[in-house]
Amino acid sequence: MSLHTELQNVTAKLVVEGVCKSFNSANGRVDALQDINLRVNEGEFVCLVGPSGCGKSTLLNLVAGLDKPDKGIISVDEAPVSGPGRDRMVMFQEHALFPWLNVFDNVMFGLKLKPNLTDSERREVAKFYLNLVGLDKFAKSSIHELSGGMRQRVALARSLAPNPRILLMDETFGALDALTREQLYGELQQIWQKRKKTILFVTHNIREAVCLGDRVVLFSPHPGKIVQIFDIDLPRLRDINDPALTALSSEITATLKHQIGANVAE
Amino acid sequence: MNEKIKKWLYPTIAAIIFIGIWEAAVRSFNFFEFILPPPSDVAMYIWNATLDGSLPSAICVTLKRLLIGYAIGLVIGIPVGMMCSRFTIVKDTVGILALGLQALPSVCWVPLAIMWFGQEESAMLFVVVMGTVWSLILATEHGVSNIPPIYLRAARTMGSKGLHTWIHVIAPAAFPSILGGMKQGWAFAWRSLMAAEIYVTILTGFGLGQLLHYGRELMEMNQVIGVMCVVIAIGLIVDKVLFSPLESSLRRRWGID
Repeated sequence: MSLHTELQNVTAKLVVEGVCKSFNSANGRVDALQDINLRVNEGEFVCLVGPSGCGKSTLLNLVAGLDKPDKGIISVDEAPVSGPGRDRMVMFQEHALFPWLNVFDNVMFGLKLKPNLTDSERREVAKFYLNLVGLDKFAKSSIHELSGGMRQRVALARSLAPNPRILLMDETFGALDALTREQLYGELQQIWQKRKKTILFVTHNIREAVCLGDRVVLFSPHPGKIVQIFDIDLPRLRDINDPALTALSSEITATLKHQIGANVAE
Repeated sequence: MNEKIKKWLYPTIAAIIFIGIWEAAVRSFNFFEFILPPPSDVAMYIWNATLDGSLPSAICVTLKRLLIGYAIGLVIGIPVGMMCSRFTIVKDTVGILALGLQALPSVCWVPLAIMWFGQEESAMLFVVVMGTVWSLILATEHGVSNIPPIYLRAARTMGSKGLHTWIHVIAPAAFPSILGGMKQGWAFAWRSLMAAEIYVTILTGFGLGQLLHYGRELMEMNQVIGVMCVVIAIGLIVDKVLFSPLESSLRRRWGID
C-alpha cells in the first residue's frame, strides 16, 4: 500500500438493526437498549443525545465491537460487526493516551498494528495527522505536559491515523472547559469536512449535538430507545453561539423534557 | 551547575563533620579499639584490604551472588505476577503463597538452603531469589490489576490483542508498580544475603558477610565497620546508578510529582 492510498479519504455506511442489550445489575435486569434501528450514511455526522442511562454509550460500545448485542445486527458496509476493528476507531471521554509514550508514539500505536505499511510510511502518516490537529511541534512531548484540549487533539490524531471509515466519539469533549470545547467544535467540523469520516458522536449536551451533527438522535432512558431524530440543516461551519442553533436546541430540549415527563407519568 | 555543586557539597561537608566528631570523640575518650575504632583505623583497614585484594574479591563474590539471584528473581517474579493477575486460580494459590512468604525474612531459608544445596553458591542464590521473588510477584500482580481499563479498551479498538497487549500496554502501564517491587526485592535480597553470609561459611567463596564475620571473630572492629561502610556504599551506588535514573525517567514521562 502506498502512502497516497493510505491517506485517501474513506468512509462507510453504518446500519443498526433491531439491536437489544441488557445488563445484570443489583436491581435485576436493566434494559439498556431496546429495539434500536438506525442508519448512518457515508460521511454523515450523527449525534446521539439523551440523559444518562439512556444507552447511548452502550450503543457506541456495540458499534465499536467492545461489547456484543443480545439481539439484532450492526453492520458496516454490509459486513456485520463481530469485534473491534481498524475500520472503527473510538475516542473516549478520558483521552486514554498512554503516558509511557510521547505524543508521536501514541499516534504511531495504532499505525504500527496496521499491516502492509513500511515504518517510514507510518511515520509520514503520523506526521500528517499531527499536522492536521496542529500539534506537529509537540511530537516529542510527554502527555502530561499537554493541556486537556491538546490531549484530546492527540487522541483525535491517534484515532484518525489508522484511517478508519467510522469515528466513534464518546462524550469526547465532556471533561474540557467551555472555551477549549468551543475551539474544538470548529476544528472537529473542519477535520470532518477534510477527511469525510462517518462520525457517531455521543453527548448529553444538546447544543453540542446540534452544533456538530447532520442529524441528532434523541434517546430516552429505561429502557433506552430512540425517541425522535432531528435533521439539522444549519449551514457549516457552525458556531455554538449562533441564535438559530440555540433556538433549535431549545426545541429539542423541550421534546426531551416532555419525553422524560411522560416516562415518569407512566 | 551551581545546583549540581550544592547537591554534592552538602553531603560531603556533612560526612566530613560526622567523621571529624567520631575521630575526635574516640581520641578524647580513649575508647578501646574493639569497642569503637577511630575512622582513621577503618580507613586504614579498607586501604590495606583493598591492596591485599581481600576486599575487592569479597565484593565481587557478594555482588555476583546478588546480581545472579536478583536476575533469577526478576525473570521468575514478573511473569508469575502477571499470571496471578490474569488467572484467578494462580492468584488464589501462588498469590496467597507469595503474600505469606513475603512476610518471612528470607534469611529463615538459610538452614534449609544449606541442607538442600550444601555450603555452595546455589544455597546463597536460593536465599537471594527467595528474598526477591515474592515482593516482585505481589507488586506485579498489584500493578497489572490496577491498570485503568480505559487503556486496555483503547488498545483493543486499535487492534492490539494477546501478547502485543501484554508487551506494549500492560507491562509499561504496570511498570511504576513493578519498579516499586524491584526496589523492595533488591533491598530484601541485599539484607538476606548479608545475613546469610554472616551466618554460614560458604566454601566456594568468601563474600562481604564472611569478611565481617571474621572481623568479629578476631575482634577487629575496624574490619567490621569497614565492611559495613562498603555495604552502605554499594547500596547507595546501586540506588543512584540503577533505580534513581529509572525512577526519574518514569517521573518525567508520566508527570508524577
